[in-house]
Amino acid sequence: MERMLMKGNEALAEAAIRAGCKCFFGYPITPQTEISAYMAKRMPKVGGVFLQAESEVAAINMVYGCASSGIRCMTSSSSPGISLKGEGVSYIAGSDLPAVIVNVMRGGPGLGGIQPSQSDYWQATRAMGHGDFQIIVYAPSSVQEMADYMGKAFNMADRFRMPALILADGLLGQMMEPVVFEDKEIKMSDASDKPWAASGHGNRRPHNIINSLYLQADELETYNVERFKRYEKVKEELPELESYLCEDAEIVVAAYGSVARLAKAAVEQARAEGIKAGLARPITLYPYPERELRAACKTAKKVLVTEMSMGQMVDDVRLALECRLPVEFFGRTGGVVPKPSEILAKVKVMKGAE
Amino acid sequence: MFDFGRAIVITGHYGSGKTNIAVNLALDCAGLGESVCVVDMDIVNPYFRTADFRRLFERYNIRLAAPQFANTNLDIPSLCIDMEALLNNYDRVILDVGGDDSGALALGQYAALLNIRGYDMLYVVNKYRYLTHNPDEAVGLLRDIEQASGLMASGIINCSNLGEDTTAEDVESSRDFAEQCARTAGIPVVFTAAKRGLKVEESYPVDVYVRPFWEEN
Repeated sequence: MERMLMKGNEALAEAAIRAGCKCFFGYPITPQTEISAYMAKRMPKVGGVFLQAESEVAAINMVYGCASSGIRCMTSSSSPGISLKGEGVSYIAGSDLPAVIVNVMRGGPGLGGIQPSQSDYWQATRAMGHGDFQIIVYAPSSVQEMADYMGKAFNMADRFRMPALILADGLLGQMMEPVVFEDKEIKMSDASDKPWAASGHGNRRPHNIINSLYLQADELETYNVERFKRYEKVKEELPELESYLCEDAEIVVAAYGSVARLAKAAVEQARAEGIKAGLARPITLYPYPERELRAACKTAKKVLVTEMSMGQMVDDVRLALECRLPVEFFGRTGGVVPKPSEILAKVKVMKGAE
Repeated sequence: MFDFGRAIVITGHYGSGKTNIAVNLALDCAGLGESVCVVDMDIVNPYFRTADFRRLFERYNIRLAAPQFANTNLDIPSLCIDMEALLNNYDRVILDVGGDDSGALALGQYAALLNIRGYDMLYVVNKYRYLTHNPDEAVGLLRDIEQASGLMASGIINCSNLGEDTTAEDVESSRDFAEQCARTAGIPVVFTAAKRGLKVEESYPVDVYVRPFWEEN
């Protein structure tokens, strides 16, 4: 298996094709445009479809239609574009369809800026659109993980019939690292294993109707309750967290995505200076790895959450720890990337204040 | 050092290592006592670009000309560069042209001038880049860049690397690829670049200035 040098955005696109994604519907926006550009070059060569829609709203509704037919499909965007897709994601979730969405986050709110950020955490995990629903959220933290979790996102979306989101950020999208892909033949998906798909009944079965509209309140309630039963299974089986040097850690730093790389450098420096620090890195943001985080914080006296935002994941850390430990926050926002030395300085202050 | 013209145009697939080559060439030329200007011509990539090295260039008295809004939050690729003045005022002008053929389109506005004043356009190849890992694909992109810019490449720089993890063997085993690219394109390999310290015979030693973001300088 040959190692190649790839940008995070390219790795996402190539991994999607290798996962059998047959249709990509997109619209350019910095810093995720390489995904579209890569798909435009590669999709025609492997028998897939690349379509640049007239807007983000159009792109997500094309995903809605394509997913209804049982074909693996995806869209990608960056923060403001993801907001535009919100309505469509809600319809897809309300119709119990699998699809993959990529958000390469940039600074917000509003038009914000093109520099990296993690300020769409609440949107991804709490309110990707209106209504009672959740989506699976993966937060890779290296270019190799961008490749690995794309396939997983498609598989889990299919298995649980719900949208899955890859939540990356500008740094991960733009940085380059070596990547290895499994050597296997690319096989485009079809609807053969999806009995619910609107893929042509051939006079052999009744029509499959894909819909998120219910005329009776109790009927809609039944579907919503059923869907949340499925989420219980998702919460049971999917949570993932990487813990690093947490076995005896007194201060656990919790961070995800690219910031986890910065936090790791800070934790290593803290250890070198004799502070027992560890890193807890959630890989799934929904379902949140609550048990895994509690296990990682077993010996911790304090927890520091660090993010490229004003503090969003910090809510989930507090909920998971059930307020048993003091949880502090350090973040930079607006496209500013925190320095490992800044995180380290905060760890030292927390250690000193014991 | 090398027998290049006053204007050196560095092109290549993004991620081939263009920016790091441009920075190394600039520092080496400045080291020889030349007055040097680096032009960040990248109108496509939002970050990881030559304009990141403003402070390094200042230390060596190298002039940086960059798009007006490079490294800001504005996604507006406005290039206000008086190329003729730069060619008149500096011994060496190094143009770092990012963004594949779409990026090279911006170079076209200077094609007439560069054709009169003379230039060397060098095409940077990296065997380990996925979309250009066979010579036909690599030369195909070169042709697209030439067409978009209206300029012709005169040489190939072999900058095959896997980022941080690059070994001497990775570089050695890329020479065939570079030679095949050169034969297909009908131009010579001007040098193979290798990170200083790697034991690679007959290579142009480069320092790695493009660093991972979690390393502080």
